[in-house]
Order: sequence, then structure tokens, then C-alpha cells
Amino acid sequence: MNWWQQLWNRIRGRRPDAHQTLVLSAETLRGIIRGILTTQERELTCDKCFEQLDTFAELVLVGQPIPEALKLVEEHLERCHDCREEFEALMAALRAA
Amino acid sequence: MPTHERTNEAWLSALRGPQRDAALADLRAILLRGLRFALDQSGNLRDADLEDFVQEALLRILDNLDSFRGESRFTTWAQKIAVRVAFSELRRRRWKDVSLDAWLEQTEGDFVPRLLADENATPEEVAVQQSLMEVVVRLIREELSERQRKALILVAVRGVPIEEVARRMNTNRNALYKLLHDARKRLKQAMAREGINPQEVMQLFERSR
Repeated sequence: MNWWQQLWNRIRGRRPDAHQTLVLSAETLRGIIRGILTTQERELTCDKCFEQLDTFAELVLVGQPIPEALKLVEEHLERCHDCREEFEALMAALRAA
Repeated sequence: MPTHERTNEAWLSALRGPQRDAALADLRAILLRGLRFALDQSGNLRDADLEDFVQEALLRILDNLDSFRGESRFTTWAQKIAVRVAFSELRRRRWKDVSLDAWLEQTEGDFVPRLLADENATPEEVAVQQSLMEVVVRLIREELSERQRKALILVAVRGVPIEEVARRMNTNRNALYKLLHDARKRLKQAMAREGINPQEVMQLFERSR
């Protein structure tokens, strides 16, 4: 994070009315509502997703269809920003190999 | 043996046997190269950082050889671990000076939601978005526990990584995902009780994009 972002976070954190208003952009609201409405009864956790991420990534790399057993990994990656970020980085590493 | 010709079995036996040093040197080179591409977007990375991440990953790989199930190539599995190590550290660094206190307080008390509507939305669409926001915020207040509310707002509204929120809330990423999953399930049920039709809502909403 650069110094400007850091300073901005501090200024924002200090502002007295910062805890009064919660600003939601339409985009954020859309993301939250989509996240709620597409929630499944059964979802993989981050650990379970990580366990299968290497297998999943190799299939995506060669463009093979995703088997039913790995569909939950795909869904988790759509929902979880942390895991998706790591998946995309792993793909970049594998493509470079 | 040339690096790319090692089978999974050859990697495992090399890393467990007398050829360990040679195998580690080869694996280090593969992971370093991979991370350089994987972290291309992250900026400001020094070679010393990459070396740090790779060494930490190699230690974890050696500790966890038994958990490799052989369902992918060994090097893919190893690279996955290196990526996880690097991102955990990068997230920690990126957020370490950011105070979440104000945001955490906000999730406890009376916050006033304010919508920043789409620029090209018609007044009718803004009204729909506004009323949806009010419903969602009310349900977040009424249906969720304090922990669920905090986690949801930090992750979904503030865009803080799950891993970082977990660290601040003294739990781990896996448990935090479960907490958020439970929160979403409760909100989904509550929205159904309110008679909100998912397809209809999304259609209304996507139109103004």
C-alpha cells in the first residue's frame, strides 16, 4: 500500500462522523445481494478448496471440462476473493512453466 | 535427472532420500520462477521477498510430503503452497497499518446506510436500489450475530481479505468462511420470508448497469 492510501485510511479512521454513515455503492450492494441469493446449502470451505486447487488448476490449464466432483471448487472460487486471487496467481505460475 | 523429467515418485523419493539437496535446489528454482510470474501484479517485490516466500514454502512442503495425494503433478502442488505462503504474507503487510477499529465500531451500533447509486440509473431504478438496500441492511441488523455482521461488513463492504479479517477476529480463514456462509444462509432465508424473488431482484438490479 502506498503512503497516500495509508494516510487516507488514517484520516478516514479519525473523522468523527466516520461511524455514522455506511456508504454502499450500487456495485457493492449488487455483490452482496448476489452473494446472498446464490448461497448454497453446501459449500466448500477454503481448506477443502485448497486441497483440490492443484488438480482443478491443471484441468483449467489444459481446457478440460470440470468434472462434477470439482464443481464445488469452481463455485467456491467465484465466491471467495482470497481463494480466487491465489488461484489466478497459481495459473500465472503454471502458464509460465 | 533433468527437472522436468522427474515423475511424482521421483520427486518424493529424492526429497526423502540422499538426493534431497539437489531436488530442493531444482524445486527452489521452479518455485522462484513461478512466483515471479504469479506475483507480477503485486509491485514493489524485491528478490529477497521472493527468496523468503520460497524458502518458507520449501519448509512447508518438506513437512507435508505425506499429504501429497498424487492427483496433480508434484510441482503444481508445490507451487500452490508457495502461492499461499506469498499471499498470506503480502496480505498481512498490506493491511498491517490499516486500522479497522472505526469500521468495527460501525458494525456494532447505529449506522446510517447511504446508497451511491449507479450514475446512469433512472429515478425508478434508484428507488428500487434504495429500498433493496434498506431491506438488506435491516436484515443484517436483525438476523445476524455481532460476529457475523462484523465479518460480512468488513469482507463484503470494505473489501478486506477474509484472511485478514480472520486474523483480526482471532480465528482462521476456514472458520471465517463458515461464519460468512452461515450468515448468507440466514439472510437468504430471511429474504425468502420477506417474499423477495431472487430472479426478479437480480433482473431489476442488473438493468441499470
